[in-house]
Amino acid sequence: MIAVALDTAGAPAVRDFIRPASVEMPALLKDIMGWDDAALGRAGVPSYPCLIDQKHITGELYQFINVPMVVWIDENGRIVRPTEPAGVMDGVRSLDPTTFTLPKDVVEEGKRQRREYIDAIRDWVNKGDKSIYVLSADEARRRSPRSDAQDALASANFRLGEYLFEIGKRDDALVYFAEARRLRPESWSYKRQTWELEQAGKAAGPEFFAEVMALGDKHYYEPVELRPRSS
Amino acid sequence: MAIALIYGDSAPRSVNANPQGDNLWINSADLRSAAGWELKPEGVCKGDVCVPIPPARSGEFVRDSGKSFNLAAFGRLMGQPVLHDDKNAVWMFGESSESRDNTLASLEAPDFELPDLDGRMHRLSDYRGKKVLLAAWASW
Repeated sequence: MIAVALDTAGAPAVRDFIRPASVEMPALLKDIMGWDDAALGRAGVPSYPCLIDQKHITGELYQFINVPMVVWIDENGRIVRPTEPAGVMDGVRSLDPTTFTLPKDVVEEGKRQRREYIDAIRDWVNKGDKSIYVLSADEARRRSPRSDAQDALASANFRLGEYLFEIGKRDDALVYFAEARRLRPESWSYKRQTWELEQAGKAAGPEFFAEVMALGDKHYYEPVELRPRSS
Repeated sequence: MAIALIYGDSAPRSVNANPQGDNLWINSADLRSAAGWELKPEGVCKGDVCVPIPPARSGEFVRDSGKSFNLAAFGRLMGQPVLHDDKNAVWMFGESSESRDNTLASLEAPDFELPDLDGRMHRLSDYRGKKVLLAAWASW
């Protein structure tokens, strides 16, 4: 496993989320969705690389429009499951923003989906290409994220904003960040990263919850079709 | 004047250029170092790929007997989003949606190099021979 943190603020921001001896999941997810280290088998020093992606390079390459998201890559460098939310669900939409609590049944369903996703990963690790969770090339292509000209323009705006922010032109950067959010409203990565650069805590503040609640019949995390084939 | 040029996934670099509205004229001799392309008789080339300049529009791309090249016009021809921030003298050439889609549709995992918390660099392709679960998260 390679864990990549999409954080323009860099290592200091990431270190805040890492315990002395182990990787910590983002506090919000851990607290409200019930992730626990034992379930993930990572109660100890991580044996995998934990990388810092300040410029969202992987976010652009793999179209990580939200977190957590994963990609399965086989021994030959081939994508066998394209970008998808990793064992998460829309439970965040049932969150009480004042108490940060979820209904018990939502928490339990979240745990069930995570167990199912982790079991699928284990199946792939053990069986390789014979795992039922490995997609055919056609299916993997069908599920690969697509972007249109507007998405590409959003990406350019985000990158230009990120550069201006890096060289200390914060106010100028915020203009491009706002345009990136406008052009690609489905990208929670753009929203939450740029909100956080505007003001610490904004990524999980009232604006975030207001937008989540305003999704209507849209998903916060698209449901994952875990089993690709009739089996 | 010197501008900061961000071209594709390359790091920003300083380039001498002559910005005119939405057009960015650079010295043709700088085209390769600035953007990885070269101006040749058959067109604008990178490796084995050559993009012909539309004959009827050649003045849009090349002037001064071939000494100046309009990188912005070429970017638009290639479907790249082209942005410029005149206040800070920055030009941004993004990747076209077609290029982004083709990369993922190939199913070849796009390579990248990033540092870990200790600053040690890791390249995805260094992990060939192992399965990789690439997991993205964030602190925000």
